[in-house]
Amino acid sequence: MRVYMKFFSAVYALAVYAFIFLPVAVLVVFSLQSTAFPIPPFTGPSSRWYEAVLNDPRLTSALFNSLAVAIISSLVAVALGFLSAWGFARFTLPGSAVMRGLITLPLTVSYLIIGMGLLVIFNMAGVPKNLLAAGVGHVVINLPLCFAIIYSQMGDHQINIERAARDLGATEAKVLWLVTLPMLWPAIFASLFLSMTFSWDEFVISFLLTRFDTTLPVEIWNLLRSGLNPKTNAVGSLVFAVSVVAAIIFELILLRRRPA
Amino acid sequence: MLVTPALLWTLLFFVAPFVAMALLSLNFQAEGGMTVANYSQFFTNPSYYRAMVNSLQVTGMVTLISVLLAYPFAWILAEQIPPRLQRLALLLAILPFWTSYVVRSYSWLLVLAQNGVVNDALLRTGLVTEPLQLANTRAATIIGFVHFFVMLLTLTIFASLKQLNPSYRKAAADLGAGPIRSFLYVILPLTLPGVVVGAFLTFVLAIGDYITPQILGGNNELLMPQLIMMQIGRRGDFPLASALALILMAVVTIAYIACARWLKIERT
Repeated sequence: MRVYMKFFSAVYALAVYAFIFLPVAVLVVFSLQSTAFPIPPFTGPSSRWYEAVLNDPRLTSALFNSLAVAIISSLVAVALGFLSAWGFARFTLPGSAVMRGLITLPLTVSYLIIGMGLLVIFNMAGVPKNLLAAGVGHVVINLPLCFAIIYSQMGDHQINIERAARDLGATEAKVLWLVTLPMLWPAIFASLFLSMTFSWDEFVISFLLTRFDTTLPVEIWNLLRSGLNPKTNAVGSLVFAVSVVAAIIFELILLRRRPA
Repeated sequence: MLVTPALLWTLLFFVAPFVAMALLSLNFQAEGGMTVANYSQFFTNPSYYRAMVNSLQVTGMVTLISVLLAYPFAWILAEQIPPRLQRLALLLAILPFWTSYVVRSYSWLLVLAQNGVVNDALLRTGLVTEPLQLANTRAATIIGFVHFFVMLLTLTIFASLKQLNPSYRKAAADLGAGPIRSFLYVILPLTLPGVVVGAFLTFVLAIGDYITPQILGGNNELLMPQLIMMQIGRRGDFPLASALALILMAVVTIAYIACARWLKIERT
C-alpha cells in the first residue's frame, strides 16, 4: 500500500511537472531554431532569432517603454499606497472602513473592464492614447495591492515605536524617514516588486490605451499576427529569463533578512 | 491628509470610468433620454447571449479541472516530498508563472499547432494518421487556462495543507481512522475553504481574460471578453461594449456573493 502510494505519487507529480514545463520548454528550444518555422524538426541551435530581436528597434524601444512604465507607475502606486496605509493606521478617520473598501475595490474587477472604463473617460476628456494613459491604468490596478500589503503590516506595535521616537524628540520627518520606512521596508519592497511584475506583464490596458509607442506585451501581440515565428520565441524566452532572474534576486533579498 | 491622493486617484480613474460606462450603456442623453436597448440586445440577440454561455461553460470547466489536477499535486508536494526539498519543488512548480502572459498562450499554440510538437509526436508513434485540429478550439483555450491556474491553485492549496495542525491527523489516527478516512473526513473538509477561495479566484480571473481565448480559441466561438473587445475594436460601439462589460461584472459579483456566503456558513 505504502509503496504503491509512493509510486503513484511520483508518477502523478512528474506528469504534472511535464504538463507545466511543456510549453516553456518548447518555447525556449525552438527559439534556437535556425530555419523560419518554430516547429519540429529542430534545426538549431542558432542565435539568429535572438540577433533579430535585438536588432529590431520596435522591440527594443517597446522594452524600454515597458521598463519605464513599470518603474514609474509602481513608484507612484507604492507612494500612494504607503501614504494612505499610514494615514489609515495612524488616524481614526470618519468612514474609514468604507474608504479602505473603496481603495481595494479595483482588485475585484477585470483588467479589461478597468482599461475600457479609462478609454471611455479619456475619450470624453480628449486625452490622447499614449504610454502615460497606460501608466495611469497600471497605477489603478497596483494601488489596491500596495495599499493592502503595506496596511496589513502596520500594527499597533509599529505605532508604539513611532510614538516612542516622537517622545524622544524626533520630528515628524525624522520619524517617517528613520523609523517608519525602515520598519516597513519588506512590505514596501514586496509591493514595489509585485507592482513592477504586474505592470511589466500587463497587456489589455496597454493595448487599449496606447497607440504607436507601446509596451512589450503589446508589441509581442503584434508579432503574433505573423503566425508562428521563432522571433516571437526568442523575445518570449528573453522576457522569461529576465523575470526569473528578477524573481531570484527578490528571493535572495528577502531571504537574506530572515536569519537576523 | 495622507489618504487623499489615493482616494482621489481611485475616484478619478476607477469610479468615474464606471459611472461613465454605466451612463454610456444606457445611451444617457443630457436632455433626459435613456434606454435599456443595449441590455435588451444582450438578452434577445442569441450570439451575444451565446458568448456568456460559452464563457460560463469554459470557466466552469477550467475551474473544475484545475482544482482536480492541483489538489493531488499540492498534496504530494506537502506530504510526500521531504521538507527540505519542498521549497525547491514548489518554486519549480510555479517557475513558468514567470513567462509573460501573452507568451504563455503563444507557447501553447506552438505545442498544439497543426504541425506542432504534439501532432508531430502522435504522427511519429502512429497513433493518428492525420494531424489533429487542436489549436483554435475550445479545448485549446481550456488547456491554456488550466496550465496557468494549476500553478496558482497548487500554491494556494499547498499553503492551506501546510497550515493544518499535524495533531489533527494524529488525533484521527488515534481514533482509528485509516489514511483514506482521515483524508476524507479530516484533511479535505479542513482545506476546503482554501480550495473554494482559490477556485473563486480562478473563476474571476478566467472569465475576464481576453488573451487566452483570443490566441488559443480563435474566433470560431466567442467568449465574453472577446465579444466586448470586438465591440470596441472593430465596431467602435462603446455603449454596447459598456453594457456587456457591466453584465459580465454582475456575473462575477453574483459568484462573489455565493462564495462569500458559502464561506460564512462553513465558518459557523
